[in-house]
Amino acid sequence: MSARLMQGNEAIAEGALVAGVRFFGGYPITPSTEIAESLAKMLPKVGGTFIQMEDEIASMGVVLGASLAGRKVLTASSGPGISLKQELIGYASAAEIPVVIVNVQRVGPSTGQPTAPSQGDVMQARWGTHGDHSIIVLSPWSVREAFEVTVRAVNYAERFRTPVILLTDEIVGHLRENVELPDKVKVYPRRAPKISRAEGYEPYTPDEDLVPNIANFGEGYHIHVTGLIHDETGFPSGSPKVTREAIKRMHEKISRAEDEIVDVHREFMDDAEVAVVSFGGTSRTAYEAVLNARKRGLKVGFIRLVTIFPFADKIIRELSKNLRGLLVADLNFGQIVNEVERVAECPVKLCAKYDMTIFEPEEIEKSIDELVAEVK
Amino acid sequence: MRSYEKFFRRNRLPHRWFPGCGNGIVMKAIVQAIEKNPAFTQDNTVIVSGIGCSSRASGYMDFDTLHTAHGRAIPFATGIKLARPELNVVVITGDGDCTAIGGNHFIHGCRRNVDLTVVLFNNNIYGMTGGQASPMTPLGKKATTAPYGSVDRPFDACKLAEAAGATYVARSTAFHVQHLVKTIEDGLSNRGFSFIEALVQCPTAYGRRNKMGDPAKMMAWMRDNAVMKTAWDKLPDDKKIGEKFPIGLFYRAQEQDYDAAYQQVIDIAGGAAK
Amino acid sequence: MRKQLRLSGSGGQGVITAAIILAEAAVTEGKNAVQSQSYGPEARGGASKSEVIIDDEKIYHPHVKNPDFVLAMTQKAADKYYADLNPEGTLILDDDLVPTSPAFKNIIRVPITKLAVEKLGKSLFANIVALGVLVKVTKLVDFETIKKSVAKRVPPHTVEQNMTALQLGFDAV
Repeated sequence: MSARLMQGNEAIAEGALVAGVRFFGGYPITPSTEIAESLAKMLPKVGGTFIQMEDEIASMGVVLGASLAGRKVLTASSGPGISLKQELIGYASAAEIPVVIVNVQRVGPSTGQPTAPSQGDVMQARWGTHGDHSIIVLSPWSVREAFEVTVRAVNYAERFRTPVILLTDEIVGHLRENVELPDKVKVYPRRAPKISRAEGYEPYTPDEDLVPNIANFGEGYHIHVTGLIHDETGFPSGSPKVTREAIKRMHEKISRAEDEIVDVHREFMDDAEVAVVSFGGTSRTAYEAVLNARKRGLKVGFIRLVTIFPFADKIIRELSKNLRGLLVADLNFGQIVNEVERVAECPVKLCAKYDMTIFEPEEIEKSIDELVAEVK
Repeated sequence: MRSYEKFFRRNRLPHRWFPGCGNGIVMKAIVQAIEKNPAFTQDNTVIVSGIGCSSRASGYMDFDTLHTAHGRAIPFATGIKLARPELNVVVITGDGDCTAIGGNHFIHGCRRNVDLTVVLFNNNIYGMTGGQASPMTPLGKKATTAPYGSVDRPFDACKLAEAAGATYVARSTAFHVQHLVKTIEDGLSNRGFSFIEALVQCPTAYGRRNKMGDPAKMMAWMRDNAVMKTAWDKLPDDKKIGEKFPIGLFYRAQEQDYDAAYQQVIDIAGGAAK
Repeated sequence: MRKQLRLSGSGGQGVITAAIILAEAAVTEGKNAVQSQSYGPEARGGASKSEVIIDDEKIYHPHVKNPDFVLAMTQKAADKYYADLNPEGTLILDDDLVPTSPAFKNIIRVPITKLAVEKLGKSLFANIVALGVLVKVTKLVDFETIKKSVAKRVPPHTVEQNMTALQLGFDAV
């Protein structure tokens, strides 16, 4: 396919479609609306379904219902809507229902600054629902990658039967740039039962990878799905042992595949004495700042988190062993920095911004200079 | 074994509702209505429920069953129906689940005329959590959160459903079992959003607190106060007093259901069939 | 060679659409382009701003700094957005809507909106007239390319008028 100009949000819709998403339920909210608008046009053309729901909770409910009936599903929103979706993000986690939730971040809390960029929903993406739950969070830095990461998000949702959050931001969501998209991508199919009812099928019996092969509704398995803690049969259980094992498996099915899921883009690390950590739209600016600093002779590396959660504990720890310092460019009051501090074995410095504007390369460069001076 | 018993997961029974509770009567009425409709099989029917006493029913019924979050049964059911229109989807909900926390989903489900059959088990109270007032607790009745009697004006869920666009709206009670079965049966065969309010007695959390007597007395109250719609319409206003209330079919209309409407979108967009 | 443009005016003048079409034309010619909308509080009060960066190299940071060209379709936009112009850059003003020229060396005044109203009967076409001006002044994309990009973006029944608008702008400088 030849190069064309495309918006980040449109690329997410395109990615969803080639990944096999055939159902979208949503509610309009800036700056994510273009995803819904694109899919409203595209889905009926491929026999898919688009529905605008009465609120964000219903948007989650409708896609979870469609997912249980066998469709690949996606919903999209921004901060205020994600806050409402949290209830059923937990349900998807507990009942192990594949779903992709896109968050095009804007400034919060509350209604905040509706059209302005921010990356303040990092911790919400990880922890935004009650109780212990596991989650995968991915973030693209370009329009092209918005497409690719959406495909990956849909595949992970299906493979691990988990909610996956595509944590993008206004910067990438609204950016238009030239892209060449592949016509075909690798698609992970819906998992299917391996044995029949007569052979004693239980929907929540985990497979070797700890993920259960839950039947779709309407296939004759008569399964029961609940948000209550349940055993392999799918029915609720009041047992401490079942509860412990259910919560443990929910985490382990993802953590055991961590090395595969965790994707960190690294450049200039061979000679780096310090490095800048960032993700999403902010990485575009961080990259330019690193390039500029290197032109001035500073040995600065570039670390970009494509996978935000599970967090790149091992990679950051290993990299930090050979560094004098890490700078975290957080387009928020300081969220990724806490994760980096948790694992880094070198000093960590925060470069935070939370004033509706994106970083300018000079701002990050100035922090690099300060860090270099501090760790000399 | 009675023929309808095959619709239950016998290993999940006996149910855990309190003795004298009316929920079992309505659950049985649902499967009897399903049994009478040859289009409904155990393999092509999905039972979706919310959270509360009523919503335990899904676990006892031998179909694909979905016990959702509080108030959210209708959005989940909508997703199932639109994803696979060939499936029959029945929603079991309660007065709190449907008209309080799920109120917005309820009216929008009606508005869209999604082809669902929604059966509301109305026990006038939050039973599972021990008897708090719901939006369908009658004025003056006591609840743990309305110890001096409820002053919140209650919803008439049938009027709400009709006004919001449901295409089949009816009410029955746990006392009028045959009528209840027929009412649900008609709801199942309506292509569109069917709403059935089934009044059930809750002797434990509602009746006792309001001195309504044992389960039999509560059912006798239903017998004495329910008036068939046809008779109710002929009743002069001065006779529609006390606790009298109408049961029967309130509204029925032939309207395009949501799936058929969306099929038009697919056609206009030039898309393939699902 | 990197070129940076800022198109500004008030909401409804279509500067964002014009920026998208320009970026699209650059992409058609095999260049890298990014287009972004206003970042920050200046988006308030009906002000509208869109930025385009065109380069043969990869573009990372999407924000324009020291633009080479600024188009201003209102006095407010002109006063606000010319300040960080590259000293060798060009400021293009709508002759009627920006009565007072900011103190800048290289200014081109074009009766953009007036041309749209007088020749096409609608101020709606002002952004495409402006696009014609920009293509001529910036020499960033071929006139034939921009014609194709405009035709692709506008409603089919307005293509002819938009082509006229484009030509009007192109010929006005």
